[in-house]
Amino acid sequence: MYRYDEFDEAFVRDRVAQFADQMKRRLDGSLTDDEFKPLRLKNGLYLQLHAYMLRIAIPYGMLSSRQLRQLALIGEKFDRGYGHFTTRQNLQFNWPKLRDVPEILGLLADVEMHAIQTSGNCIRNVTADQFAGVAADEIEDPRPVAELIRQWSSVHPEFDYLPRKFKIAVTGAPHDRAAIAAHDIGIGIVRNAAGEVGYRILVGGGLGRTPMIGKAVREFLPKADLLAYLEAILRVYNLEGRRDNKYKARVKILVHEIGIEEFRARVEAEFAKLDGPTINADPAEVARIAAYFAPPTYEKLPAVSAAHEAAKRANPAFAAWADINTFPHREPGYAAVTISLKGIGEAPGDATSAQMRAVADLADRYSFSEIRVTHAQNLVLAHVRQGDLFALWQKLGEAGLAEANVGLITDIIACPGLDYCALATARSIPIAQSVAKRFADLDRQRDIGPLNVKISGCINACGHHHVGHIGILGLEKRGAESYQITLGGDATENAAIGEIIGPGIGADEVPDAIERLVDVYLARRNAGETFIEAVRRLGLQPFKAAFTGEAGHVAA
Amino acid sequence: MSVPKKMPLPAILLANDLLDGDVVFRTASGWTRDPRLALVAEDEATATRLEAEARLAFERKEVVDAYLVDITRDEAGLPVPNHFRERFKVKGPSHRPDLGKQAEFGVR
Repeated sequence: MYRYDEFDEAFVRDRVAQFADQMKRRLDGSLTDDEFKPLRLKNGLYLQLHAYMLRIAIPYGMLSSRQLRQLALIGEKFDRGYGHFTTRQNLQFNWPKLRDVPEILGLLADVEMHAIQTSGNCIRNVTADQFAGVAADEIEDPRPVAELIRQWSSVHPEFDYLPRKFKIAVTGAPHDRAAIAAHDIGIGIVRNAAGEVGYRILVGGGLGRTPMIGKAVREFLPKADLLAYLEAILRVYNLEGRRDNKYKARVKILVHEIGIEEFRARVEAEFAKLDGPTINADPAEVARIAAYFAPPTYEKLPAVSAAHEAAKRANPAFAAWADINTFPHREPGYAAVTISLKGIGEAPGDATSAQMRAVADLADRYSFSEIRVTHAQNLVLAHVRQGDLFALWQKLGEAGLAEANVGLITDIIACPGLDYCALATARSIPIAQSVAKRFADLDRQRDIGPLNVKISGCINACGHHHVGHIGILGLEKRGAESYQITLGGDATENAAIGEIIGPGIGADEVPDAIERLVDVYLARRNAGETFIEAVRRLGLQPFKAAFTGEAGHVAA
Repeated sequence: MSVPKKMPLPAILLANDLLDGDVVFRTASGWTRDPRLALVAEDEATATRLEAEARLAFERKEVVDAYLVDITRDEAGLPVPNHFRERFKVKGPSHRPDLGKQAEFGVR
C-alpha cells in the first residue's frame, strides 16, 4: 500500500488545522454560512436530513487493517457505531457533530486518511478494480496509476473550481469491474498491436439525471503521457464546460453537445500545445509509487488445496460460500474473498464498528493486513490461502459477515436514500431489504445466477440504477414514494443504460415486480444464459409485458 | 405580480443545530430536540413569528436550514408532518428504529 511521505503528512495535518480554524471562524461570525459551506464540503462534510455526514476518502478502495480499526473507533466514539461504504469506495458516517469533526479529521490524519475532495466541484476520489494486482485477466495493476492521479489531482490549482464534480476510474483488466464507462474519465490499461502497454481513455460517462456511457477519446495513450493528456482533457472541460446550469455542467454534456470528434480534436490540440515533460510524472517518481504496490510475499502453494476441497465436500454451506464469494487469484493456492455487506434484511454497505474490527483482525491473520472496498459496497480480502478459507468463513459467520450472495440478486447496491439523504426523493434501503428478503433462498438465488439490482433514492443516481441489470429509481409522485424500474443496464465493458419498462409503482409492489421480471428470464432463458444476456437477446418487450400487464396499472 | 403563496397551516418550524447537526424544533421559548414539544402555529401570524425567530437564531449561529413544515395533529394531538420527507426527518431512519428521535422520544 502507498505510505505517506513527509509532504503528504504535513499537507493533511495542515488541512486539519485549517478546518479547525474555519469552524472557529464560522462560530465567531467571521465566516458566514455561505462562506463556510463550500469549505466544509471541500472536507467531505455535508448536512443531511438528521445530522451532518462525513464522507471519508478511501483512495481506490484500499485500506490497511490499522486504518479500518481507526474507522471503527471513530464510528464508535463519534457516531452511532457503524459506517456506510459507498459506490465510490468511500466510507460515510451518518451522525458526526460539527464540533467533533476537527478531532475526527485528526484521528484520520493519524492513519494517513482524510476527507479532502470527497465533495465539491473538483476531481474526486479515484476508484479502481477491487481485484487490482490479483486478477488473472489483468494486464497491469491499476493502483499505481490511480495513486499517481490522486497525487496529481489533490488540490491541483487549475482544477479546484471545475464547472462540476469530476470522477475518474481505472481498470487494469479487460473485464471492467470498476464501471469506468460510467465516469467522467475512465482509464483502461490496454496492450496495443506492438505489445506495448498503455491507456485507452474514455470520457463523458456518467449517471445522474442525464446518463451517458463514456466514449473513447484516445484508443491508445503511451503510459508516459498520462498526466499531460488528463490535463488537456480537464483544461478543455474547465474552459468550455457549462457554468450557467449545474444540471448541464458535467463533462458528459460538453462531449454530447459538441460530439466526441470535436471534443477529441480540442483535447489533442491542447495536448500538442502542452509541455509534456514538465507535466508528466518523473519516471523515478512513477517507479517509487509502483514499488508500494509490489505483490506481497506469497507462499509457494499447490494450485488446489486438498484441505479446502475436503472442507467443501464436508460442508455444503461453506462450499456454496466459497463458490460464490471467492474470485480466482493469479497466485497458485490463493483466493480473493469478497465479504458481503449485504446480509439479508440489512442496509447495503453498512458495517458496524465491531464488524470493521473483525475484518481488520481477519485481514491481519489471513490477507497481509489489507482490505479493499468495492464499488458494489462490499469488502475484499484479496490474498487468502485456500487452506485458510474454511477458518475465515467460520469467523466471518461469527461476525455476521458470511452471506453467500456476491454478484447475485440480493447483492444489491443502494444509496442511503431518504432514510438519511437531504437530496433523496424516496427511500432506497427498505426497498433493498424487501427485495433481498423476497429472494433470500440461496438455492433460488444461485439458480437465477448473476443479477445486479441497483437502487437510487433520487435522480442523482448514487445507487447506479441506470447501470443495474434491474435498476430501481425512487421518486415522489403525488405526495408518495414511487419507484421506476429500468431494465438492461450494465456497468461492465458491455456498458449500457437501462430503459424504463413501465409506470412507477409503490414500494410494496417492488418485490412482486422484480419477481415477475425474474420469472420471464427463468421461463425463457437458454442453457447457460445469464439474466442480462437473456434481456439482450429477448429485448425488453416480454419483460415489459410481464411488468405492466400484471402490475394492475394503466400506463399514463 | 405573482400572488404570494399561502402559508400551509398548521405548521411547526424545524432546523438543524449548527454545532450538533441534530434536528431541532422551535418552541415558545427557544429550541427543543423533542418533536413533541414543537410549538404548533395555527395561524399565519404565529408562523411568521416563528420564521422571524429562526432568522435571528440563524444570525446568532444557533441553527441552520430552518423552515416551516405543515403538519396534522395525530390522535394524541402531537404534530405529524404532512410530507413523508419531513416525517423521516422528525423520526429518524425508517429501517433503524433504534436511532434518531423515534428511539429517543418514542415518536411514531
